Amino acid sequence: MSDTTITRPAKKADFSLGRLLLEGRAFFALIAIIVVFSILSPNYLTVGNFLIMASHVAIYGILAIGMLLVILNGGIDLSVGSILALSGVVAGAMMQGLEIDALGVILYPPVWAVVVLTCLVGGLVGAVNGVLISIFKVPAFVATLGVMYVARGVALLMTNGLTYNNLSGRAELGNTGFDWLGFNRIAGVPISVIVLAVLAVLAALMLTRSSFGRWLYASGGNERAAELSGVPTRRVKITVYTLSGILSAIAGLVLASQLTSAGPTAGVTYELTAIAAVVIGGAALTGGRGTIQGTMLGAFVIGFLSDGLVIIGVSSYWQTVFTGAVIVLAVLMNSLQYGRGGRKG
Amino acid sequence: MSAHVTVTGDIPAGRPDAREVVLAARNVAKSYGNVHALKGVNFDIHRGQVTTLFGENGAGKSTLMKILSGVIQPTSGEIILDGSPVAFNNSTEARDRGISIIHQELSLAPNMSVRDNIFMGREISGPGGVDFAEEERQTRRLMAELEEEIDPLTPVEELRLGQQQIVEIARALSVDSRILIMDEPTSALSASEVEVLFKVIRDLTAKGVSIVYISHHLEEALTITDHAVVLRDGTMTAYAPRSDIDLEWIVRNMVGDNYDLGSPPATQLGQPALSIRNLTLADPAGGFNLVDGLSLDVHAGEIVCIYGLMGAGRTELLETCAGRLRPTSGEVVLEGREISHLSIAERIARGLALVPEDRQRDGLVQTMSVGENLSLASIASFTRGLFTQKRAERSLIDASIREVTVKTSGPDAAIGSLSGGNQQKVVIGKMLATRPRVIMLDEPSRGIDIGAKAEVFRLLAEEAKQGLAVLYSTSEVSECLSIAHRIVVMHKGRISAEFDSTVTKEKIMAASGESLVA
Repeated sequence: MSDTTITRPAKKADFSLGRLLLEGRAFFALIAIIVVFSILSPNYLTVGNFLIMASHVAIYGILAIGMLLVILNGGIDLSVGSILALSGVVAGAMMQGLEIDALGVILYPPVWAVVVLTCLVGGLVGAVNGVLISIFKVPAFVATLGVMYVARGVALLMTNGLTYNNLSGRAELGNTGFDWLGFNRIAGVPISVIVLAVLAVLAALMLTRSSFGRWLYASGGNERAAELSGVPTRRVKITVYTLSGILSAIAGLVLASQLTSAGPTAGVTYELTAIAAVVIGGAALTGGRGTIQGTMLGAFVIGFLSDGLVIIGVSSYWQTVFTGAVIVLAVLMNSLQYGRGGRKG
Repeated sequence: MSAHVTVTGDIPAGRPDAREVVLAARNVAKSYGNVHALKGVNFDIHRGQVTTLFGENGAGKSTLMKILSGVIQPTSGEIILDGSPVAFNNSTEARDRGISIIHQELSLAPNMSVRDNIFMGREISGPGGVDFAEEERQTRRLMAELEEEIDPLTPVEELRLGQQQIVEIARALSVDSRILIMDEPTSALSASEVEVLFKVIRDLTAKGVSIVYISHHLEEALTITDHAVVLRDGTMTAYAPRSDIDLEWIVRNMVGDNYDLGSPPATQLGQPALSIRNLTLADPAGGFNLVDGLSLDVHAGEIVCIYGLMGAGRTELLETCAGRLRPTSGEVVLEGREISHLSIAERIARGLALVPEDRQRDGLVQTMSVGENLSLASIASFTRGLFTQKRAERSLIDASIREVTVKTSGPDAAIGSLSGGNQQKVVIGKMLATRPRVIMLDEPSRGIDIGAKAEVFRLLAEEAKQGLAVLYSTSEVSECLSIAHRIVVMHKGRISAEFDSTVTKEKIMAASGESLVA
């Protein structure tokens, strides 16, 4: 109604406390969690504990980055937990040696090759998701649900349901160092946390500064309009699912390294935690809205909350209840923020 | 701009006569905080007559409609129904008192059948649940009344836009109401469908039903209305019976000064920029071809208008050229090079841009800002290496906002905060920012007010002077006879006639296969 001409307004005039609380809700929630648990337990607010908690968050955080990309595109990826398990098992199998019967040799690839090959496997599975969804028009929910089962099944088949417990490699074969990812620290910071930070920064740069990021927001906001504006929407879609697969593989490697074992049942329901982190971070499940900062805050809210509950000795059943309540609350706030805008008549 | 509004015509002042005036507004005002959407409106709605609200987008028409239909409550003033003041708390209360509304934006469930949509929420119960047979019978009767051959069991998503609008109208008719509010009911209808609708309106008024009508299509509204209420910037500028008014009077009161949709600009005609050769697009559902062996040349600096009814194949033709639809046969040639095999993105890069018909669905990304929407089609131009360059993007956006004169609080404003006309300018600006050689616009004036319409045409005329080839489609004859050098009439996927700018409206309409509205 009130069209003004193009003057640069001193916006932020409608600054209000309610608005600030709503927009920064994930941040304030995190602060609240830290304050409450610091009061309840003297051990919570220590550097050591924070780093341990952060290394737990790393797994969810890495998955959540991939999930954010997919959700920004207006999709969903239920297969990340299974890809995580499959990747761990693939890495575990390679650490045990790849037997090639025809040549009668056993290959022991070095750790860097294991990491690269595992990421390739994850990316490949993700690409299958992307192709199913963008070319064959299978709804994302169904396609990734199917792939979730298939990937989990393949992981179980590969090990016959067993777990690889020895991932340390042997010095004489030159494939040691797998546990570096999960145990080493640089300047006291766990490698997994550094990996998360690097991936988050790269993803944030991609989303805010690259043309791909713009394509992603546009095709998530309105795919038809994006397509007619020359955005290669199919390619964007395949790419986000592929990236989600690669990120799941990285999370799988970090988890296997942290646990020093790779099992086919790892990461069950992790996809839901990742979705929760993205949603708590303020992204809209309808696509086109969301940021890396928000998603990272969401991941830390979930991680710090559940670790805090463990520290003060609350039953794990209650943790489930709390996490669920936080998720519902977050979605409620999202609809408050995005739902009110009302269209013009 | 609204400082010196003088109301012309007779303003009803006293108590409305309960016998003749069914609904009256007395000093109705509505404010949102310190934004005054409506500042004191006075008019009467007479029994069995049509009252039309005229006004540009943002003039307050929608606000007034919402007040009349109970969706919102006025800040001050009163609504008088049958001589006594009423206050509706919601639209259901208004409907119970006999006031119903046909919304401009279609509110149908596309997955459900015509029958189920018409009776949605007030299904007819029979002994064994819903009485589908009775519902179907009534739907058939409504469709016969509206002279549409739509089967009651067809899913709404299979209907074209115009037919969907008919269903929406049928739904409002199926409720027996005394006052029927129609918000832009004809925006997607063909001339013959409009004629049928008007016949229905006359039947209704003869039965004593009062109609409140809103349309951007002034001439059309003038043929049906009995009274006119003109709004500008929330203020009522005029209220008068039909006998006292004409088109010029309405436009003068709406925009404040004279308007002109323009005349063909004197441009330098160049080489053929876009050549369509024997283009055919088969209907995926079978039936006749949507585009049928059509050939057309558009030269650099030339403005060509495609006129046709709904379903004539205009949209399909333009979307095939843009690369959204794959032609069955034929070719599209851009500046001497065949482009039929290229993707949409490659065609845009070569200089062929399309402004789609439905800007909400195909033109804008609602989650992005005005600036991001403007720069969406030309991201590559401000990307260096891996990253986009903020400053280059900003200067592109600022240039665009200036070029197409978007009224916005700034590039960061939400796209939804703009009026329809300004949103349309954003879509046009987005495609012009790609520096096209040929721009195709599918119904560029749909749902925008007359001031914005004139600005859009003026802009296109300017661009043509710079050598741009312009191809636009329209279903309003008056828009053919504005800036177009050449008018092509489409009928059933083919070109049925071609005229220069001196042609008369009657000839154009005759060639499109429609009969004249008296």
